Formats: sequence, C-alpha cells, structure tokens
Amino acid sequence: MRYLPNTAQNQRAMLDTIGVAGIEDLLVRIPAKARLGRPLALPPALAEADLVRHLRGLAARNADADGHVCFLGAGAYDHYVPSPINHLILRGEFFTAYTPYQPEASQGTLRTIYEYQTMIAELTGMDVANASIYDGASSLAEAALMAHSINGRAEIALAGALNPLYRRVVETYVDGPGLKLREVPSPEGVLDLDAARRVVGAKTAALVVQSPNFYGCLEDVAAAAELAHAAGALLVVVSDPVNLGVLEAPGRQGADIVVGEGQGLGVPLGFGGPYLGVFAAKTEFVRRMPGRLVGATVDLDAARGFALTLQTREQHIRRAKATSNICTNVALCALMATIYLATLGKQGLVRAGELSTAKAHYAAERLAAVPGVSLRFTQPFFKEFTLRLPKSPERVAAKLARQHILAGLPLKTLDRKLGDCLLVAVTERRTKDEIDAFADALAKAVA
Amino acid sequence: MPYDNQRAYDRLIFEVSSPGRIAFSLPAPDVPVEPALAALPEKYRRREPAQLPEVSELDVVRHYSRLSQMNYGVDTHFYPLGSCTMKYNPKINEDMARLGGFARLHPLAPEALAQGALGLMHELAAMLAEIAGMDAVSLQPAAGAQGELAGVLMIRAYHEARGEKRTKVLIPDSAHGTNPASTALAGYEVIEVKSDAEGRVDLGDLERHLGPDVAAFMITVPNTLGNFEPRVMEIAELCHDRGVQVYMDGANLNAILGLTRPGDLGFDVCHFNLHKTFTTPHGGGGPGAGPVGVKAHLEPFLPTPIVSKRDDVYTLDWKRPQSIGKLQAFWGNFGMHVRAYTYIRTMGADGLRAVSENAVLNANYVMKRLEGHYDIAAPGPCMHECVLSARRQKKQGVSAMDVAKRLLDLGFYAPSTYFPLIVEEALMIEPTETESKETLDAFCEAMIRIAKEAETDPQPIQQAPLTTPVRRLDQTRAAREPNLRWRPAAR
Repeated sequence: MRYLPNTAQNQRAMLDTIGVAGIEDLLVRIPAKARLGRPLALPPALAEADLVRHLRGLAARNADADGHVCFLGAGAYDHYVPSPINHLILRGEFFTAYTPYQPEASQGTLRTIYEYQTMIAELTGMDVANASIYDGASSLAEAALMAHSINGRAEIALAGALNPLYRRVVETYVDGPGLKLREVPSPEGVLDLDAARRVVGAKTAALVVQSPNFYGCLEDVAAAAELAHAAGALLVVVSDPVNLGVLEAPGRQGADIVVGEGQGLGVPLGFGGPYLGVFAAKTEFVRRMPGRLVGATVDLDAARGFALTLQTREQHIRRAKATSNICTNVALCALMATIYLATLGKQGLVRAGELSTAKAHYAAERLAAVPGVSLRFTQPFFKEFTLRLPKSPERVAAKLARQHILAGLPLKTLDRKLGDCLLVAVTERRTKDEIDAFADALAKAVA
Repeated sequence: MPYDNQRAYDRLIFEVSSPGRIAFSLPAPDVPVEPALAALPEKYRRREPAQLPEVSELDVVRHYSRLSQMNYGVDTHFYPLGSCTMKYNPKINEDMARLGGFARLHPLAPEALAQGALGLMHELAAMLAEIAGMDAVSLQPAAGAQGELAGVLMIRAYHEARGEKRTKVLIPDSAHGTNPASTALAGYEVIEVKSDAEGRVDLGDLERHLGPDVAAFMITVPNTLGNFEPRVMEIAELCHDRGVQVYMDGANLNAILGLTRPGDLGFDVCHFNLHKTFTTPHGGGGPGAGPVGVKAHLEPFLPTPIVSKRDDVYTLDWKRPQSIGKLQAFWGNFGMHVRAYTYIRTMGADGLRAVSENAVLNANYVMKRLEGHYDIAAPGPCMHECVLSARRQKKQGVSAMDVAKRLLDLGFYAPSTYFPLIVEEALMIEPTETESKETLDAFCEAMIRIAKEAETDPQPIQQAPLTTPVRRLDQTRAAREPNLRWRPAAR
C-alpha cells in the first residue's frame, strides 16, 4: 500500500518495543461485541490508472464550463482564473499545513492571511476582514448572529431580492438563537424603501441588502444604510468582491458588516464548493467577529512577525460562549483570492469588472431584442440580469443545453413569482461571438 | 550573521508593488464598454480605486513561493498535531479534483447534465454510511464544526417532532471547543460532564446529569486522550434509556476504520472530517468537509437537498419537509468529496483497515518510546494518538510550549499543546499511519533530547526557536494593539 510505509519487519520491531504480540493486543478496549467481524462492504480498491479512467468517466458525464458556454450565475460565476494560482496553492508548504498554531513555523500562511485581510478590507471599504468563513451564505448567517450579539435585538430584516439560497442558510443558523426573520418586499427588483421603513424598527438587529441582488439589480445601499441607522439597526451588505473594482465599496455607502461570496476571486466553480466566505466589519465590532484573525506584531528580536490574534473570541478558548463555532475555515481559498487580487492588481480588477458589465449590457440588449423576450426589471444592473421569456424557461434552457449553451437559471424553483424568468450572468470570459450565438439560439428556441 | 534564506525575506505583496506593473491577461473589449459604464448610475460607481498591488507575474510567483518556504507542512515536515490527523495528502486526489468535468462544473448546471458529479456524491455518501454504520449521510456541512451544528439541530428537530422539549446537551470536559460552541449555537444549554484522570467519562457524574431535560450526549471516540472509552456501549444505552440521543464527534475516526463503527457502538449521529481521516488537504486552515451521518430515525431531518437515485438517475431531492434546512448555498464542498472518493477507492476495505491499524501501532510506538521521559496522561494502549504531559519538565522551567518550540528547531512541527484541557502541560501527538518507523524514531529521539536538555541545560529550549523565519512573537502586543491590515507608511 503506497501510503503506508510500515513493512512487516517494521511492524514486528515496533510491536516488540511496545511489548505486545500483535496489533490486536492494542485494540482490546474496543468492546468485542462492537467489533466489525467482516470487511467493510466497499467497492474494490483500484490501481491508479484504473481509478483515473473511472473518474474521467464520471467527469465526462458533466456539462462543464469548458465544453459548454456558461451563462449561469446566481452566486457562482465563470470568471477568469490566472494560471499561477493553481501552481502556487499546490506548493506543499501551503497545501499540507494546518491552522497556524505555531506561528514561527507558519509565517507563510499567516502573511498570506494578513495580505488577504488587507485586500478584502480595502475592496469592501471596511476596517477589518477576517481570515474567511465557509461560503457567502454562511458568512451572511454569521453576520446576522453577530448583529444580534452587538445590539441584542432579535429581528433580522432581509431584502426580498436576497439570494433565496442564502435566506435558507440564514434560517438554519438563526433557529437556535431564536431570531425572527422578516422580509422586505422588492416588487420592482430592488428594496422597496417605504416597505422597509415599515419593517425596520426598534426590534431590528440588522437590515440585510444584497447588491447586485439575486436578480442582478443594483440596490441603493446608501439609502438602505440611512434607513437602518435611523432605526438604530445595523446594515449588513452582501457583496460580490470581484465587482468592487468598478462598483462602490459598501463601506463607503454606510455598511456596518460586509459579507459575500469570494468564489469569483480565482476559486474554481467546482460544483458549488469549496468557496470563500468573505467577512468584513467596522473596527468597533472586531471583538464580536467570528473566525480567525491574523495580526502583525514583533518577535524577540523586534523583527516583524504575524500571529493569530484576538483568539479569546474563538471556540477553542471561549467554548460555549464563543462568537461562532467555526474552526477550520477556507484558508486555501483565501490564498487563491489573495493571489488572484495580487495578479489582477489595481488595474486588472477594474478592467475585469468593466469587461463583465460591458458584455452583460451587450448581452442584455441582444437577448431582449429577441421577439417575445424582455428584461424583467428596469433597474440598473452589473453582470447579471433577469429575462422574461415567452416560453417555459426550463424547456428553453434544456433546448439550448443541447447546443452546449448553459443559458442561465430558470427561476421557478427558487422564486415562484418569476416562473417565466431566466437569470443570466455574463462574465469577462464570454465573447461577443458566444453572446451572438446565444441570442440566435434563444430566438429559435422561443419562436 | 550567515545568510538565511527564510529570514532574508520580509516583504508583503504591497511592499513589492511598483506603479504601472501588471500580472494579468485580459482580452481587449469586443463589445462597447462606455455605454455600459454610462448605464451605471454615478452613485454606484467606485470613486477611489482599491489600493491593490501592482506587480508582474514573476513578482507574484516569487513572492508566494518565498512565503510558502516560511511554512512547515506535511510534504516537508513530520506534523504530529494531535486531533488533526496530518497524514499524507495523495497527489492523485488533486489531479482528480481538477478534472474539468468536476472543477469547471457550475453548481446550478441542469441535473441531467451533472450526473457524474451527483453520482459521485451519492456513492461517497453510501460509502461513508457503510464506514460509520449509519443509515444516511449528508455531504453538505463545510467542516467538522458545521457537521456538529447540523447534527445537534437534527437532534433538536427530532425531539420537537416528538413533542418533547429538552433544553440541555451534555459534553465531557475533555471535548473539542467546537462541541460546546456548536451546541450553544443550536440553542442548547451546555452542561459539562467530568472525566476521570484517564479521560474516561465519569459515569456517576453523567448519570447525575441525565435528566428528562437532556437532549443529547456528545462524545469523541476515541476520546481526546487518545483512548477508546471501554464503556461506550453502556453509556449509549444509559442515554437511550432516558430518551437522550448520542452524538459522536468523528474527529478521531482515523483510529477505527474497519475495526468498529459508530453506528454499531450505539451512536445516533456522527460527523466525518474528510480533511482528517480521508486525506483531503488541510490547506493552512481549510477548506475541510464535515459530512454528517445519522440513523434512520433522524434521516428525515438531514440538510436539504440530498442526492437521491431512482432508476439510475440522480437528482437533488428538495422535498424534505422536516429537514433542518440548508447550511451552505450549494451542495457542500464538492471538491473535497472528489478527493475523499478517490482516496476511499484507492484504499478499499482492506486498505482502510490497515490505515487504522498502522495509525494505532505508530501512536503506541511513540508513546512507548517516550514513556520514560515524559509523563503519560493516560495509560495505554492508546488508539491513534497519545497525550503526554510536560509537568515533570515544567518543574525544571520547561513548559509544553517550550518543548513545542524546541521541536521546531529540531526539524519537526509541534504536537497540539494545552489540549485536552484536563491534562496539565499537555502534548498531544498524532503520528498518523503515513509516517515511517525511521521518522518516528527521529522524532522520539528529538523528544528525548529535549527531556534531557530540560534536566541539564534548559536554555536552548527556552530560547527556541532560533532557526525559524521569526522567533517567539509578542502575542500580548498583537492582541492589545490589533494591527489587522497593512497600511502604507505615512507619505
């Protein structure tokens, strides 16, 4: 067995040192009646080449974003992933280390997390960012809990155009603490401010707004902030950091906590995970934050060094009273994002954002020009928009998939009111030719 | 001072930056850009550019390569971090996870066009259920702590569905911190149950607490002292008699593959740490994956959706009215599922059993070799890890932390220190099955050398580490004056 170096001779020598006859003598504390008296019923072991063939077979049964032209979004996007990311994360010193409990032997990880925290704080316009949460949805759930722990209020107001999958995760997390979720309608595709004023009040811990929201529309975050703050509530903004080269930083629009899905920052689509939960907040709330934080300090020789800090918030110290139960987070995905942001840099992130929005607007124009097809909302959008189709979006999408176009997400299963709609995302990777082909295929499919 | 490759580098990427440099490759626009920008209301557009680095591609590659060299990892160093199962991460796992059909698959691709991925998830869940003796498994939790949260929420939903109101969860004082944290998050009051000196559950204390208001007892098997709790089946029975569900923290599952199964021991729920037992990489602190397995009576409460199979077609089953709901936006850390699946298919049943046998052998060997030099927290045989105490060394002015730091200088990462909390000056050593006798011998010799130094000349220990990129850090300053982001020097 190539992962098990102990030979029979090694085992014999070790057993002799221990002073037992066999490995069975080391297992005597396992109750005899619970011993598994048979081999596990698992498929047979495969040699490497056979296993590769088997897995290639499984992989080939999936419509990936190389064999198909991907216009799917809804929280996961087909953005450009610079080549160095994969090479660098595969360095074993990063890849096979763990949480940097011994900082002297983990400066590489600690420095990259410190860089990551800096980049996320800078992008979001917030004071501090943590080392990561699992994904955008669980980051939002943690933000809801954090808002409750800051002001003690027991209601969370969710903008109606929040990603419905995120809403479900928040529902799961607030069940234990017993927080109440209230929804603010968004009939025109964005938060209805009058309705929000009726919902957000003295019991509201936080108002949650996503921008661009699930339908792709841009929200007036500054207005939402004013409204929330007037009621003494916090504003939590769900933001996609890859857009923030072009779109205003939520921190400059009044956000108290910014969360989001960082998958667009160089993390593979990977059928939904692992992704990157971004989490940033104002300094005054740092001791209520969930997750790891890395700080700069000095060593015995006064040299600069980095270490995990403010750990008294965390479960391994505070146990039942911790700010969160999170332990293992997604450090490697944060490293991907760090290398992505270093590679794209000050100019590249702006350029990528401009290309995404330019192509999205071109696509919206082409697709909405197809007879019977229209934009569902009139609000400004960025890289994603909602189309209303004259025929069943499920059937149209299935038809286009046969032409190797993943046309977008039919919204019926996630939002019944929009059963005739298709959510379309366009990143900087899409070309004019692909968009034109999509428009032509759509025209035929709805004709 | 001699040139030191690691110490010579003290840059952050922002300090490598030079205005005008680029490392990206983006196409020239093939559609008009200006009209799209004009369509974005001014108030939504970024006013001040984000201060990101400006570097070349080689700058990026060299910087992060240099930073990586400041780390110890399993690929370069023996990494006996107890409770974390720092075993070798097979390279083939990485190749498989990167196949385009997996890595480039959108989570919302039509199910009919994601049959390979859904099928893999279905098979992995079935294999984990067999390994744990459970009836059903959800792959959705992103890490062990989220698996715990899911498990405890399912227990809550189960009691509530039966019309029972139970408000407390019992957890031994030797437990991982995530246990009480996850339980509190699920809305329960946490009651600590005492352990005896050997880390076993104090049965008297357990019985005292087992009232009608107790929802669950949560325990790690083998326990955090590395020992198998011999009365675990009696404990499960005792709990079940009082209507209490029994949760197994599966962090230490690497000790029992093919030997015994949580389900057969009487557990109702257990989670798996794919990044421990099933060789997915630890990544400097994740991503992990924390699937959760349950017995049939808890199956209706599993997170939504689960992958189901009918007539050889796999679908995501959302129609689960009693489910605790969702934990992540999508279906779980699929990339980790591919790696774990690859590992299990590489090892097979005999291979997995050999994993645990060798993990147990290695830990007992280390414990035996060190027992004359350090106090043993609990007499053996241990399972996959052993816990030593540096209380003897402490009297000579050498703490568990000092031992850990000295090990770094001797070419080894450190064991877990000061955990479990019930052991004074704890050093928790988990060698794993992928380390050879030669490596274990070298490690033991280093540990013995440190024990001798503690008696004769503790200075090099107290000064350690001296060979790492930095020396001991001022943690107090880090916490008192938090500096959590880089800012340019005042201009």
